[in-house]
Amino acid sequence: MRIIVCAKQVPDTNEVKIDPVTGTLIREGVPSILNPDDANAIEAALELRDRYPGTTVSVISMGPPQALYMLRECLAMGADEAYLLSSRAFGGADTCATSTTLAAGVRKIGDYDIIFAGRQAIDGDTAQVGPQTAQRLGLPSVTYVSKIREIKEKTIIVERALEDGFEVIEINRPCMLTAVKELNTPRYMSIERIEEAYAKDITIWDENDVRLAPEDCGLKASPTQVFRSFTPPPKGAGEMLAGTISEMSAALVERLTAKHVI
Amino acid sequence: MVFSEKHELIRKLARDFAETELTNAILDEIEETGQYPTELLDKMGKAGFFGIKTPKKYGGQGSDYLSYAIVLEELGRVSAVTDIWVSAPNSLGGGPLMLAGTEEQLEKYLKPIATGEKIMAFALTEPGAGSDAGGTVTTAVKDGDYYVLNGRKTFITTAPVADWSIIYAKTDRSQKGSRGISAFIVDMKLPGVSCGKAEHKMGIIGCPTSDIILEDVRVHKDDMLGEENRGFQNAMKTLDIGRIGVAATSIGVAQGAFDEAVKYAKERKQFGQRIAEFQAIRFMLADMATKLQAAKELTYRAAQLKDMNSPEAGAAASMAKYYASEACNEIAANAVQIHGGYGYIKEYKVERIYRDCRVFTIFEGTSQVQQIVISDNLLK
Repeated sequence: MRIIVCAKQVPDTNEVKIDPVTGTLIREGVPSILNPDDANAIEAALELRDRYPGTTVSVISMGPPQALYMLRECLAMGADEAYLLSSRAFGGADTCATSTTLAAGVRKIGDYDIIFAGRQAIDGDTAQVGPQTAQRLGLPSVTYVSKIREIKEKTIIVERALEDGFEVIEINRPCMLTAVKELNTPRYMSIERIEEAYAKDITIWDENDVRLAPEDCGLKASPTQVFRSFTPPPKGAGEMLAGTISEMSAALVERLTAKHVI
Repeated sequence: MVFSEKHELIRKLARDFAETELTNAILDEIEETGQYPTELLDKMGKAGFFGIKTPKKYGGQGSDYLSYAIVLEELGRVSAVTDIWVSAPNSLGGGPLMLAGTEEQLEKYLKPIATGEKIMAFALTEPGAGSDAGGTVTTAVKDGDYYVLNGRKTFITTAPVADWSIIYAKTDRSQKGSRGISAFIVDMKLPGVSCGKAEHKMGIIGCPTSDIILEDVRVHKDDMLGEENRGFQNAMKTLDIGRIGVAATSIGVAQGAFDEAVKYAKERKQFGQRIAEFQAIRFMLADMATKLQAAKELTYRAAQLKDMNSPEAGAAASMAKYYASEACNEIAANAVQIHGGYGYIKEYKVERIYRDCRVFTIFEGTSQVQQIVISDNLLK
């Protein structure tokens, strides 16, 4: 079995600050990390490899050369091989162009049974790239996978997390599954695997390698137009009402009526 | 010092591990019960922490001293006792074997130590032979294919839980001082081997230390480590390198104390302002940070020199151990001082750190022994 995992290097949003004037992320000096949901996707693939000997786990990402560091981390967790789609032509991509590029990379790796991706990346929070990549590849997909129940000959049975429960879905192979953090606990790297990760070559592909025309990649193929981004103003201090219950209720109703809430 | 990406990734592994696994609740429990959770040891074994620089063919990770130092630094930042569990197999347990073990001995003993399946203690110190390790009076008398060992070793880290111990004993009593000492790998289950009561220590709670008592213990000659009567050199070489570990632990623990001091100074208000606003506190923090950085540079340098097999590595390790352990004690003391009365209370991390680090200037060669080593190197 061959499993391909799509992973992304993202700024650690715990450390990120927003420029109050432009409304954009201040990325300088912010450490880049493996997107947390993608770590769950890798763990899911590695657990399947532990269960089914002979399975290969490949990781693919699109990003600048710095993303190699994140791919080394994936190798140090246990992935067998890694691919980076990196080119000036890929720059400025929205989720649409990113999916096209990732799908082209996956096609070139070929011969896959399952593709995993994280549910969403913590920098954009769109949750679009996984399903869109599946669409490009003509694959069925299940998002929000919280449990893998069974791998069958031609299908996989998974649980899909909902707000108040889960669905059980049987899906044809090959397919795309996007992982939520409830799916598993990502394993640690090990020192030996870190050493091995730096002894391995990571394949780097540009648009020619994956047979994409420059106009199908990056900014040129990104229909998304950011009209304006802003940080919502902080909420003012709350108001505590005092008095007996009936006094407070009356005061509350008065205020809500004044604001046309009720 | 600028680290390679590989070493940054090793730091990330150790930091993620420390921050996820070594929670306050677990550390408090270790402090209260004196027991280190075996599940934690298992997880550390899986991450490869017990054989960081042990060659892969002997179950290790095949990495280097700089990686070893980084792992100890990051784990020590959160828990000093965790570092003792990690350094033991890497340094004093595995070190003598890597220096002098035969192929069979490496296969039989080093492999299970590097993976964490077995524990090897290092027994050099005796009641009357501390800094003066040449004063060893434990004896080993040849009897056919066996040596018969008698004596008492003291302050032996992990002794009560060890599977084996490396015991240094006098094989030739006609030779004086450090000569005529040999090293043996002794199975702790052999008849005549027993351990004293675990010591009640000031700090490093959660890793037991006790005496090892040897009464007519028959050790097969195949378990002699290295050449007969050359054991002292093996011990000294082990300690020479081991000091990088104590230095690395010191910078990690000092970083932990420093972080707490900064956090507290920013929170605590007196005289209507945060105490971090007072120049007296600021200057203390500035001195702590500067000394900590100096200690780090010495430690990383010692590790790198060792990785390059430099002849200067031994003296560099002594300088690092001497400076970093002293700086750690000073930084921890100042961190307690900045905390005021709260620093004296067990609920605050600096209380434990202050007790834990006190031994750093004592074990694996006191500061004064390091001064001897450093000056000997200058004047030879």
